[in-house]
Amino acid sequence: MKQTQTHNQKPPQRYGMAIDLDKCTGCGACMVACSAENNVPFKEDETNKLLSITWMKVFRITNGREFPHAEVCYLPRPCQHCAGQHEGHSPCVSVCPATATDYSAQTGIVSQIYTRCFGCRYCMGACPYHARYFNWWDPVWPVGMEKSLSPNVSPRMRGVVEKCSFCFHRYQLARDKAYAEDKREVGEAEYQTACAQACPAGAIVFGDLNNPEHAVSRIAQPDRHDHYKSQNPRAFRLLERLGTNTKVYYLSDREWVRKAGDNYLADENPSASTPPKEHA
Amino acid sequence: MDSALIPDGVRRCPLWKFLLGLSVAGAVLLWGVYAMLLCWVKGLNQTNMNDYYGFALWIWADLAVIALGGGAFFTGLLKYVIGKDELKNIINYAVLIGFICYSSALLILAIDVGQPLRSWFIFWHANVHSMLTEVAFCLSCYFAVLTIEYIPLVLENRQLDKVPFFHNLSHNMHSAMAVFAATGAFLSFFHQGSLGGVAGVLFGRPFAFREHILIWPYTFFLFTWSAAAYGPSFTLFITWLTEKITHKKLVKDNVVFLLAKISGWMILTYIAAKSVDTLYWMFQTAPAQGLQWHFFYQNNAFYGKWILFTEIILCGWLPALILVYRPLRERASWRVTAFVLGIIGVSLNRWVMVLQTMAVPVMPFDEWVLYIPSWQEVATTILPVAYGVILIMISYRYLPIFPQEKELNPITIPNGQEPELTTDPQDLAVKTMAVSNSVEEVAAT
Repeated sequence: MKQTQTHNQKPPQRYGMAIDLDKCTGCGACMVACSAENNVPFKEDETNKLLSITWMKVFRITNGREFPHAEVCYLPRPCQHCAGQHEGHSPCVSVCPATATDYSAQTGIVSQIYTRCFGCRYCMGACPYHARYFNWWDPVWPVGMEKSLSPNVSPRMRGVVEKCSFCFHRYQLARDKAYAEDKREVGEAEYQTACAQACPAGAIVFGDLNNPEHAVSRIAQPDRHDHYKSQNPRAFRLLERLGTNTKVYYLSDREWVRKAGDNYLADENPSASTPPKEHA
Repeated sequence: MDSALIPDGVRRCPLWKFLLGLSVAGAVLLWGVYAMLLCWVKGLNQTNMNDYYGFALWIWADLAVIALGGGAFFTGLLKYVIGKDELKNIINYAVLIGFICYSSALLILAIDVGQPLRSWFIFWHANVHSMLTEVAFCLSCYFAVLTIEYIPLVLENRQLDKVPFFHNLSHNMHSAMAVFAATGAFLSFFHQGSLGGVAGVLFGRPFAFREHILIWPYTFFLFTWSAAAYGPSFTLFITWLTEKITHKKLVKDNVVFLLAKISGWMILTYIAAKSVDTLYWMFQTAPAQGLQWHFFYQNNAFYGKWILFTEIILCGWLPALILVYRPLRERASWRVTAFVLGIIGVSLNRWVMVLQTMAVPVMPFDEWVLYIPSWQEVATTILPVAYGVILIMISYRYLPIFPQEKELNPITIPNGQEPELTTDPQDLAVKTMAVSNSVEEVAAT
């Protein structure tokens, strides 16, 4: 599962995302686009959000202060596609007993193999972001709607776990096309996630973090020698101190927003927090 | 009516009474089976689990029964490997309780997975890095060992024992039992440990995560230790309960005192290690992740500091001290109180490591989520209890579970009546064979 690379070789692709929270308006277009693109099932009654499947979920966070100092921020949360402290040691991948979720060393994407998952839900317990969802029911589509389902994404049956795949089927299509066209590399614009394309504010930028020509790499400025920690002072990753080493970078000029991305002791300065420990 | 099946020299309640008790436990069992079928046919939407509570009541029940069933492997280790021979008088019951606990755990797991027909994937597509894979392999193997340990007991039934093949098979299996006991202890070390590892490796969950030795988090060792410590207490508690229900003394005091003393010292050493682990987690592990330990016990309606006090002080240190202090250990009321506290303590430990782990928010903007199980979850959790009661009832009635029962409860024959002598030639032949085997054993030693 470990990536094998030397300094002389070109690093493998590492797809990731940068989400500018100062641009996000909380409109939810990313959630809708994601659901439509990935055949995410829904029920007639979705009032219990603990049973709703939302690969992309927008959280509303506040600075906890009273008017006129109250501020709100919307935080879109897809699967963070954690790499862990050594490549592939994601919280979920490392615990799945049946290898039904896997880490791609070629793309950095954490996959979910629906036909292999037997529904033990250990991965859900392991994920601190609650990015994994269980199919408590079989999907039932309104009459006629099944005709509009995407043929590139298999619907999931009852009893298995699902999650954001960074629209991996789009990568497969783009890769096939690129291969057919003189085996060239997949271009930045050829592989974009549905949420990134749907965001009207342009808050979500997606691409290869290892490719300096990609916008996401220039924004996130990941340090390859320090677990891809961002060198951009505006950027942070969710729960970075746990050592999950995620591929989703958030940006904000507001300090309280950056602080809301992790847990800190009362007297702690976020910028001087202790680095995560290596996990076995 | 069933007197031919009842072991020699012991008295059992009338058949109607036995069947009445069986039907009460059977009704509860059927209720659980109905709930189980609902879960299998309609799916896990029959539960109150949700996407924040992927692990809930069933996984707790699983961990708890496996910890309580730890009496089987540890008593076996003490009897067959370490050589505490007195424990031969309680080992049968420890094995039976272990068999019930482990078969229950496997049943609960079969209900708990979303796609039960794919359960074999855990063996076929095994991820060797996953603690749950280790659990599955060791649990299945150990259940096989427990079955092997239980079979000779079944073969000792009065009628089965008359069949020479079964008689000899049982005798030979007994001879090889030390090997199975050692294998069982080895497997138990790993599956009890890996169940602890299931929680301890969750580095995304600061409440459960623990530092590690090599690849094993501290919870790996604590779970094994606690099962070895509290398991014998559970065996002794069920023995006491059986004695109360049957109105008979079934195991001599010296055996009970010995196992209670060992259990007490094991609990004492375990709870000392657990206290050190908790303090290290409070002041090192959690703060390194930006969290004060108080955080895990506030801002919610259920999980307060009381749970920490109950688990470690009230149901940890207290039963340990009662059981290691001889005058208290030898008084039944204190001893049984310690057993009950210990059982609550280890069950509470499994509860917090599963359910509190799920309840605690990790993202700073997330919230505590509490959960109440559905009736289907409760019924399927009670199902193994009813199954256990039924298996104990049948085993106690028809199998010689307690070797000291005959001696402790002699059947008094009224004056002027002759004791019943067997005239069955087959019965005589088997008894002759048993005597000759005993003579051979004596000669061999």
